[in-house]
Amino acid sequence: MRYRGKAWKLGDHIDTDVIIPARYLVTTDPQELARHCFEDLDPTLHEQIQPGDIVVAGENFGQGSSREHAPIAIQALGVRCVLAKSFARIFYRNSFNIGLPLLECPEAVDGTETGDELEVDLAAGTIHNLTKGQLYHAHAIPPFMLRLLQVGGLINYVREQLQAGRGVQGL
Amino acid sequence: MGMTITEKILAAHAGVDRVRPGELVECEVDFLFANDITAPLAIREFEKLRVEKVFDRNKVALVPDHYAPNKDIRAAEQCMILRAFAREQEIPWYYEIGRMGVAHVLLAEEGLVVPGDLFVGADSHTVNHGALGAFATGVGSTDLAAAMATGRLWFKVPESMRFEFVGELKPWVTGKDLILWIIGRIGVDGARYRAMEFTGPALAQLSMDQRFTLTNMAVEAGAKNGIMNPDEVTLEWVRPRAKRPWKVYRSDPDAEYASNTVIDCSHLEPVVAMHPSPGNVVPVWEARHIEIDQAFIGTCTNGRIEDLRLAARVLEGQTVHPHVRLIIIPATPRIYRQALEEGLIKIFLDAGAAVGTPGCGPCIGGHMGVLGEGERCISTSSRNFIGRMGHPKSEAYLSSPAVAAASAVLGRIAHPDEVVKRVAVGR
Ligand code: SF4
Repeated sequence: MRYRGKAWKLGDHIDTDVIIPARYLVTTDPQELARHCFEDLDPTLHEQIQPGDIVVAGENFGQGSSREHAPIAIQALGVRCVLAKSFARIFYRNSFNIGLPLLECPEAVDGTETGDELEVDLAAGTIHNLTKGQLYHAHAIPPFMLRLLQVGGLINYVREQLQAGRGVQGL
Repeated sequence: MGMTITEKILAAHAGVDRVRPGELVECEVDFLFANDITAPLAIREFEKLRVEKVFDRNKVALVPDHYAPNKDIRAAEQCMILRAFAREQEIPWYYEIGRMGVAHVLLAEEGLVVPGDLFVGADSHTVNHGALGAFATGVGSTDLAAAMATGRLWFKVPESMRFEFVGELKPWVTGKDLILWIIGRIGVDGARYRAMEFTGPALAQLSMDQRFTLTNMAVEAGAKNGIMNPDEVTLEWVRPRAKRPWKVYRSDPDAEYASNTVIDCSHLEPVVAMHPSPGNVVPVWEARHIEIDQAFIGTCTNGRIEDLRLAARVLEGQTVHPHVRLIIIPATPRIYRQALEEGLIKIFLDAGAAVGTPGCGPCIGGHMGVLGEGERCISTSSRNFIGRMGHPKSEAYLSSPAVAAASAVLGRIAHPDEVVKRVAVGR
């Protein structure tokens, strides 16, 4: 699980209302949600972010509502990974549940600007800023979260557990 | 070493004697729900699991409270998904328009959530129910789908932060002012991943309506759950409503907390959270220069009967400022009826307010009072993020119902004292 892409740097406390405004929550279609992603922050951002890019943000990314539409919209933009100083908790769960990896590393966030080329290795927990020539170590992704990413999210994971006759989530 | 109420409930539902903060546990879920925004996604994910039936049809509620009565064709289609699923799965707790209210107020009022429960909802303000002494937390649609299928969900045991209220509340100081004050102090991520436990002698003086407002906004400080130890006030409230047996858990005196904060309420004033963050909290006196176009009283935070009574005390015999639209939405049909019987609705209509049908209303800027560019609204809701109530350049200010009502009368953010004589808020 290694990704290489361009960084898009955002600020602190980016909330789910600016990730995907509630007025668009009349659909569950990922592509349609992606067209309004970050709209109230910058209406052009969703066009500028390219598949493979990496969103970089400050503290408490994803604060606010439980809407899973938020990580779905980011994922549907083609964003491979979100790197932040910290994440709000429902957003954190939702992202891993749908297979969108998140990494926490305040130093890497501080050392990155929009446009920098990043290489992220999820299993190793490293972030390489290729533009600045810096290597950072993120907080390790908890094993259970890594497992969710490996199988493609919580639904696949639960299906595996159910098929194995465990009938539960198998923790 | 003892355990907190949060740890005890998680341990009991994981089938173990004790749990420690940081541990991952898998718990049985007592009850769960989703709304018209989160359920369509949850149902889609549930169907991918290829289990025929929900784990227990009596433990699932579906509440179309956000964009219902249908605001447009697409909202109608989302509500149709809930309705069809409820029928197919024979879910008894589907609430149709006319019986529907804001889920966090409705489900407690219906006695579907009781003390000691482990309750999850695909809505962040599910934390509201912690006032009952339940572990209640918001999850996303995929988590909800997994829980609907298996009746189980994993949790990381949170550390608890303890907030103890002492002293006498000043007139016009409400549960809303207490929680806004805390968020202003610890910040919008001050309780991230943690449990916020509210306690203390001043809290014991508060009614359940006031208490729900406190736990409701724990999520605005980033908390996983807000919770209170049940006391006689809680049980008096629960007894006539509960649809299931309950169990009372209380924190041990020697439980361990990440922090202990004592708050002397006698120093607190009514406050306002300034645009665009629930953490920008100032005393009302400092915000009196802000003119408003709209005032909104309602929501899962402040749409309960006591909130409406408080608004009515300010509005009685007054007239809404000519430049202001005042929208009042009782959170549930039962509260609406009670307000009608108590004469509150008449007071609102006489003052020139619009009274709306139960639901979330303009809280998330979807319908029934969306703000245009540059417009300002004082709202009793819980969030004032950019674009939350409408245009990205509109502004929202958060307050108690008393402050919102006074502001509607004066056309600018106002202290209730400016409109009416002092009254105490209590049980
Ligand atoms: S009233 Fe507002 S905060 Fe409460 S559930 Fe509805 S939209 Fe969410």
